[in-house]
Amino acid sequence: MQSTPAGRTLDVEDLTVRYGQALAVDGVTLAIEPGEVVALLGPSGCGKTTLLRVIAGFVRQAGGRVRVDGATIDHLPANQRNIGIVFQNYALFPHMTVAENVAYGLHARGMRGPEVLAQVSRFLDIVQLGGFRERLPRQLSGGQQQRVALARALAVEPSILLLDEPFAALDRNLRLDMQIEVKRLQRTLGLTTILVTHDQDEAMSVADRIAVMNRGRVEQFDTPVAIYDRPQTLFVNGFIGTTNLLNGRVAALDGGTATVALDAGATLRLPAPTGLSTGAPVMLSVRPEQLALSQVPGPESWRIERGLSLPLGAQLVHEARTTDGASLKIVEPRRASPADAARIYCMLAADAHPTLFPRST
Amino acid sequence: MNKLAEWQLTLPLALAFAAIFLAPLLMLVGVSFFNDDKITEPGFAQWAKFYGDPFSYKVIGDTMLLGVKTVCATILVGYPLALVYLDAPQRLQKVLIFIIVMPLLLSVVVRTFAWIVVLGREGVVNQLLLSLGIISEPLRLLQTELGLVISLTQIEMPLMLLPLISVMSRLDPNLRDASAALGASRWRTLFTVIVPLSMPGLVAGCLLVFASSTTAFISQTVIGGVRLIYLPLLIWQQSLVVFNWPFAAVVSISLLVSVLTVVSALSWLGRRSGGYVHG
Ligand SMILES: Nc1ncnc2c1ncn2[C@@H]1O[C@H](COP(=O)(O)OP(=O)(O)OP(=O)(O)O)[C@@H](O)[C@H]1O
Ligand SMILES: [Mg+2]
Repeated sequence: MQSTPAGRTLDVEDLTVRYGQALAVDGVTLAIEPGEVVALLGPSGCGKTTLLRVIAGFVRQAGGRVRVDGATIDHLPANQRNIGIVFQNYALFPHMTVAENVAYGLHARGMRGPEVLAQVSRFLDIVQLGGFRERLPRQLSGGQQQRVALARALAVEPSILLLDEPFAALDRNLRLDMQIEVKRLQRTLGLTTILVTHDQDEAMSVADRIAVMNRGRVEQFDTPVAIYDRPQTLFVNGFIGTTNLLNGRVAALDGGTATVALDAGATLRLPAPTGLSTGAPVMLSVRPEQLALSQVPGPESWRIERGLSLPLGAQLVHEARTTDGASLKIVEPRRASPADAARIYCMLAADAHPTLFPRST
Repeated sequence: MNKLAEWQLTLPLALAFAAIFLAPLLMLVGVSFFNDDKITEPGFAQWAKFYGDPFSYKVIGDTMLLGVKTVCATILVGYPLALVYLDAPQRLQKVLIFIIVMPLLLSVVVRTFAWIVVLGREGVVNQLLLSLGIISEPLRLLQTELGLVISLTQIEMPLMLLPLISVMSRLDPNLRDASAALGASRWRTLFTVIVPLSMPGLVAGCLLVFASSTTAFISQTVIGGVRLIYLPLLIWQQSLVVFNWPFAAVVSISLLVSVLTVVSALSWLGRRSGGYVHG
């Protein structure tokens, strides 16, 4: 029983879920690699829990398929899917001890006697709750309950692990500990995992890939770095991290490069997304740390009116306003700059990779 | 100081209870210790008479058994009904709860006579069974224990369902899903998760149904008839027909004590299993 199960692939294909007339999940497709951790990230009500509930078999989809290792599981009832799930409120059985909770799934599978004891001990040790076997759930702290829920889900050696906002109820420090613990467990067991969250830092730190959801659709499914640096839609761009938006117009198009005249008064050459035409209004999105201040004017920099500068840890956050009225946030490493007051021009930092989006006027 | 004031607030109610319940109860006990029905000669004769007669034990036994049978029947019908209620969409739940509390809204006399219409020789049940060819002779349901248990089951059903539903609807719905995800069948989920967690409601329901059905004088007499003798009928006969109040007092106290014994045993069980609602 000490073997680590090989991770399974999980394919969600064109999945649609309706509650009455309302679409809760709208044509979601995700291909998840064996042993991968995918975070479902999105605002409240965007269909994250619903998606998990379909995969677990609690809710029937209106259309689409779910495959584990290539085989559809849509016809299977929840109790035959072998998918582990940890609920946001843990849903521990309140009348059973910690050990009984963890043994529950083993008993349900017909396992008996010493085998059960061994497996329960193994997983309680993994979540470091060996000394709490005889406690009732209500005699445990939130973090301990969460670990019992995890041990209970893992003890049956599921093929897929689903976590629905498992850290939401924990305080900051405990949350960090648990994130690390879950990641470690998931690694050692090689478990394909979906983690629902609406905390983007959590998604960034725990997940191999992030699916950003909005109104039942997946807007972008990519690595955290790609999502942050190359958001594909305005929604993703606005939802992940902070960003500056600058209006402009395409002055010229040359193959994959667009020359953009910013309303703020600079001309930039940027990689162009498909579907742009000369003269089209565009919106430039650039992260605060990808902007830099300068004291020399130039064609690629624009004049700003400086506002407050706030130290934030090792960084300085400058607030500023462009001549066309857009407000900017600029983040720099903190260092003494004698000419600071004179730096009234803003430009893209050397390694900046801003994104252009078409803009409707 | 504060505590004392709060405690004093309950005084009027406590006094009212004392006047309305305690005083008559004490009088009842007092009356039972008189030998003659004129209540002049103190003694234990009535107690000796009641407990010296094997018939008394049969009546006590029958009464308790009627309570047990009614409790079992309300559980068998009520528990599945509660499960259906919980799974029903909200709009249907409103209709169901109305149907469930309906017996409480009707007068005892009306619902008891309704059962006579249903259970009688020419009643709905017999007509249906006859026309379906399941039986060739009308069944005798009125003035039998079976008929009485059937009607009491319906009449006492709200007392079982209301506590059951109130406890079960506070259970975390994720518990069922968690159980299924761990590989448990519906039956395993029902018996290892839902039933243990709904115990407090079930026990409360049993208490109410038992206490109410063992003392349901009107239903017992009108549907059961005078051939089926239970303690309430005995009390009525002795106090209002024979006018032997001391004997009636003995029977009353016996009924009270028997019901209280069963009820406290049940509630002790309930307390042992209770307290798990809200995870
Ligand atoms: N049982 C239900 N009946 C009807 N509509 C529902 C039901 N469950 C969810 N919905 C609707 O489906 C949509 C998606 O809900 P879901 O619970 O999946 O959101 P979520 O992304 O998990 O949100 P949150 O972050 O708040 O948990 C919401 O608009 C919600 O109102
Ligand atoms: Mg949710």
